[in-house]
Amino acid sequence: MQNKHSILIIGIGNPYRGDDAVGLRIAQDVKKKTPDHVNVIEQSGEGISLMDSWKDSDAVILIDAVHSGAQPGTIHRFDVHTQTIPTKFFHYSTHAFGVAEAIELARALKQLPQNLIVYGIEGKCFEAGIGLSLEVEKSAQEVVKRVQQDIHNCSPRKYTEHH
Amino acid sequence: MKSRTIKVDYLARVEGEGALHVKIKDNTVVDVKLKIFEPPRFFEALLRGRTFHEAPDITARICGICPIAYQMSSVHAMEDAFGVTVDGQLRALRRLIYCGEWIESHTLHVYMLHAPDFLGYPDAIQMAKDYPDIVQRGLQLKKIGNEIVALIGGREIHPINVRVGGFYKVPAKHELSPLAERLKWARDAALETVRWTATLNFPDFEQDYEFVALRHPEEYPFNDGRLVSNKGLDISVHDYDNHFIEEHIQHSNALHSVHKGRGSYFVGPLARYNLNFDRLSPLAQETARSVGLSHICRNPFQSIIIRSIEILYACDEALRIIEQYEKPDKPALEIQPHAAVGYGCTEAPRGILYHRYRIDDRGMILDAKIVPPTSQNQKTIENDLWQFIPLHVKLPNDQLTLQCEQAIRNYDPCISCATHFLKLKIDRV
Repeated sequence: MQNKHSILIIGIGNPYRGDDAVGLRIAQDVKKKTPDHVNVIEQSGEGISLMDSWKDSDAVILIDAVHSGAQPGTIHRFDVHTQTIPTKFFHYSTHAFGVAEAIELARALKQLPQNLIVYGIEGKCFEAGIGLSLEVEKSAQEVVKRVQQDIHNCSPRKYTEHH
Repeated sequence: MKSRTIKVDYLARVEGEGALHVKIKDNTVVDVKLKIFEPPRFFEALLRGRTFHEAPDITARICGICPIAYQMSSVHAMEDAFGVTVDGQLRALRRLIYCGEWIESHTLHVYMLHAPDFLGYPDAIQMAKDYPDIVQRGLQLKKIGNEIVALIGGREIHPINVRVGGFYKVPAKHELSPLAERLKWARDAALETVRWTATLNFPDFEQDYEFVALRHPEEYPFNDGRLVSNKGLDISVHDYDNHFIEEHIQHSNALHSVHKGRGSYFVGPLARYNLNFDRLSPLAQETARSVGLSHICRNPFQSIIIRSIEILYACDEALRIIEQYEKPDKPALEIQPHAAVGYGCTEAPRGILYHRYRIDDRGMILDAKIVPPTSQNQKTIENDLWQFIPLHVKLPNDQLTLQCEQAIRNYDPCISCATHFLKLKIDRV
């Protein structure tokens, strides 16, 4: 059980589908650089497990690869409480019920975490294989920094004083 | 003369992506093509040259929704090749993990993918605004399925604990007890699910199908039995290739499976129910009767009720297994590989999943054949659309498209199993 002030970082992706792994990669990097009260997990993107994993957290940052037609490497950031997530945005998954659906369903059921930020990194190649494309690799490093900043902004004072 | 084409690039709410192409001329259907694009048989090729014990973990990756089915069909095929029979509590644990997968997969389909069609919503999100309690019940019920898979399988997605001969690790009895408590709630929720789905409105639609499923002397089928049909088929799984062939269809990259000399056939919940009603638990049978179903159901739209009855059965069966469980002495039987051919067929949530492997004397896979349920149903889905569309042909395109999608979802097509990254399309001319 997480305590009620916890921050949760969720990296989503498939490690064997090229740029789809970027969410997992960022989560792994963030994990090495964050304070103990931040919980970092990796998920496949199955919507119902996702809703379940964030239910005890106040602040959640979710990171996934997207395919919206923008330039590869483009970083999209949504504050879920003020923006809706286009359903087709996170469609690069074999799950009929994925990230966007989980967020919108949680909204309909009034089960969104108090703060939910979503980072979407525009992928270039989702073919079978391991490794990120150059553009995506570069953005991944940028997102790691921005997530660290978000963690800092979300953290209760008692934690941030030590870091 | 008036002709129209409906083209839909994405068919939403099916697992994976696909395309349907329907051509209508002067209110007559002239063409129906369910298109599936598949890098042909990627996994079958991938398996060649791997050792026999890698098959369950490699094939589990074919599908994120029914990995257990792939693991089960592959371990049964390997054990068949090497003359090993897994029984007792190890066999019971296999049924238990399969119960988890049925609960998980069926609940997702009933609540999130299919129910919105019947209630007139574009998706479960819109439906949740008006029916929050129902959707909430579906989420909780599905979660219990996930928990069973996670506990026995090691993790929820792509479980890793299944091996040829048994498991890597088996749970102690006390580890299963918390599940029993949750399953009692789940069984009640499943009962409510049956009652609720039975109140939906169903179009009057029946065809003369050949239903094919496993049948076991005592059990509702998960892992073994003979392959039977309502038209006289009764064969060992070993004879599958003599009766069913896969045909390459030009418009689809998936192979269409047909019953030799007969044609299309129907696998999945409806087939299992029609061929095994007497093997359901008393509670599942009574519940079916109480909502007005007989032991035969030929309307594919009512598959949503049958799926719910199977959820109820899976909860009931899981509880029975947990009550009678004693931890086995060894988590797996010893396997001595030798040159052989092995056959396995188990009941995935969507229907029979057939695996065949040829193994050399060092235990390496020489070749593999995998026939997922969706490619077996594909021809039946197309046939349904040929019959169904004329009944609604006067509807405007957008409404007709929705009707077609609902008819396809009757089969819960897992297009990511039958193919790999598929685009579903509806075309109307």
